[in-house]
Amino acid sequence: MPNWNDIRRDFPILHQQVNGKPLVYLDNAATAQKPRVVIDTLSRFYERDNANVHRGLHALSNRATDAFEGARTRVAKFINAADSAEVIFTRGTTESINLVAASWGEANLKKGDVILLTEMEHHSNLVPWQLIAARTGATLRYVPVLGANAEGGLDLAVLDSLLSPEVKIFAFTHISNSLGTINPVVELCARARARGIVTVIDGAQSIGHMPVDVRAIDCDFFAFSGHKMAGVTGIGALYGRRALLDAMPPYQGGGGMISNVDFFTSRWKPSPERFEAGTPNFADAVALGAACDYLDGLGREQIAKHDAELAALAYQKLATLPGIRLLGPTDPALRSGLVSFAFPDVHAHDVVTFADEDGIALRGGHHCNQPMMRKLGLTGTTRASFYVYNTPEEIDLLVANLAKTLKFFTG
Amino acid sequence: MSADLSELYQQVILDHNKRPRNRGRLPAANRVAHGDNPSCGDQCSVYLRMDGDRIGDISFDGSGCAISQASASLMTTLLKGRSSAEAAELYKNFHEIVTTGKEPEEISDIAAFAGVHAFPARIKCATLGWHAAIEALKGGPNVTTESHTD
Repeated sequence: MPNWNDIRRDFPILHQQVNGKPLVYLDNAATAQKPRVVIDTLSRFYERDNANVHRGLHALSNRATDAFEGARTRVAKFINAADSAEVIFTRGTTESINLVAASWGEANLKKGDVILLTEMEHHSNLVPWQLIAARTGATLRYVPVLGANAEGGLDLAVLDSLLSPEVKIFAFTHISNSLGTINPVVELCARARARGIVTVIDGAQSIGHMPVDVRAIDCDFFAFSGHKMAGVTGIGALYGRRALLDAMPPYQGGGGMISNVDFFTSRWKPSPERFEAGTPNFADAVALGAACDYLDGLGREQIAKHDAELAALAYQKLATLPGIRLLGPTDPALRSGLVSFAFPDVHAHDVVTFADEDGIALRGGHHCNQPMMRKLGLTGTTRASFYVYNTPEEIDLLVANLAKTLKFFTG
Repeated sequence: MSADLSELYQQVILDHNKRPRNRGRLPAANRVAHGDNPSCGDQCSVYLRMDGDRIGDISFDGSGCAISQASASLMTTLLKGRSSAEAAELYKNFHEIVTTGKEPEEISDIAAFAGVHAFPARIKCATLGWHAAIEALKGGPNVTTESHTD
């Protein structure tokens, strides 16, 4: 069992004042802070091992290649992929989803086909599908979210009828970044698989917060970012089932992804190189490996429990504020480590500005989830999202600050 | 509450936010433009009834933070009866106030927005309604804060 108070010492950034108050960082769903060990791994790589990977015959290049491929093996183990060749390094969740949409979509979608999404998708799991739909003539369809406050989650009763024969691919989020809903991904994948439909999971919000086992989930693709799991920005990955990856065309062309190039034609390497044209982001990948080690050191079951306990406490204390509208599941078991809320008379941006005044970092706005916000009759919400270093005392500070803000605006 | 924050949320702003003036669609409007702030989802539509080159009547609707709502509300009270050249001049003054914090030479409620300059992320909130109004005067239908430098 980790000592949650000691963990704060691992994160140098937390030890500062903002507007004269100790920083309370509650914007972890946007990006998580980095432990010292991840920052040091990145610095050490640049100080000792940096050279371009795969091509060099000298010592540093060999060391860099070993570190990079070691990171791939580490990430594969982190998500329990069967084979490290199923892990493609990308810039993050957005690029991972764009890769699937562009490459798999171009080879497999045609007019009359349907791409199934859900109403709670982040723009990163929505716009790439709009783009490939426009190019191929496929159309989009959505699984509705139930409840006036989206408390009911996905409408599973209509899912089977939505998974009609025209549906070729079903893409959905593991955890909603704007509602905190944890989706039943095993069931969603099983229902799609029974109909031969390919599944894509947006794992941006789950990867650093709970155990993720792509084989137990039985998805075809799983996309995630390093920076939301204590890794650095600019690196993420796409997990893809080997058989699907082998049948997909390259996403981008360039060095590193070919087996042979003629003036007029080329042949591709197998995955992962086929999808990693150009010099890959190996230094950040090595740091991502260190983030995997750090999170497994804490234990991802423990992290999930810690974040969920904080969210449950926050939900319960926030519910006492007059007029507050809490979004997402009411059952703590269905909710991840974030709370999203709105006040009738105070806009989220005003709430966030007042929180910042007390050193509290929140998120306010549509959270890249505009269609869902419109459905709820909102332009945006305020979101507090928790991670390993947050404490119950910080939730008290948040609630006291919000009470003060409400008093200011509503008297 | 810090000096900066009380500068930002002045009484004039709170009052316009709580009791917006000229809010709602204008049935007789012959110009309308819609403003979007894509970074936060705030929206503001401005309706004009032009009598020749003069703004005979003006209203706004939409949703947003206290700064954007108050700014749009105050703007409607300032623009009513003005010519498009006068409106452009007023916007120039307003823009200078919210970006530099410089107090206006004449006594005006516009001065309440001088505090915005200390919060660079909020300048777009303050200018959203104005962008829509200027666009409506030009006869354009849509404007986004991203197409302007602030």
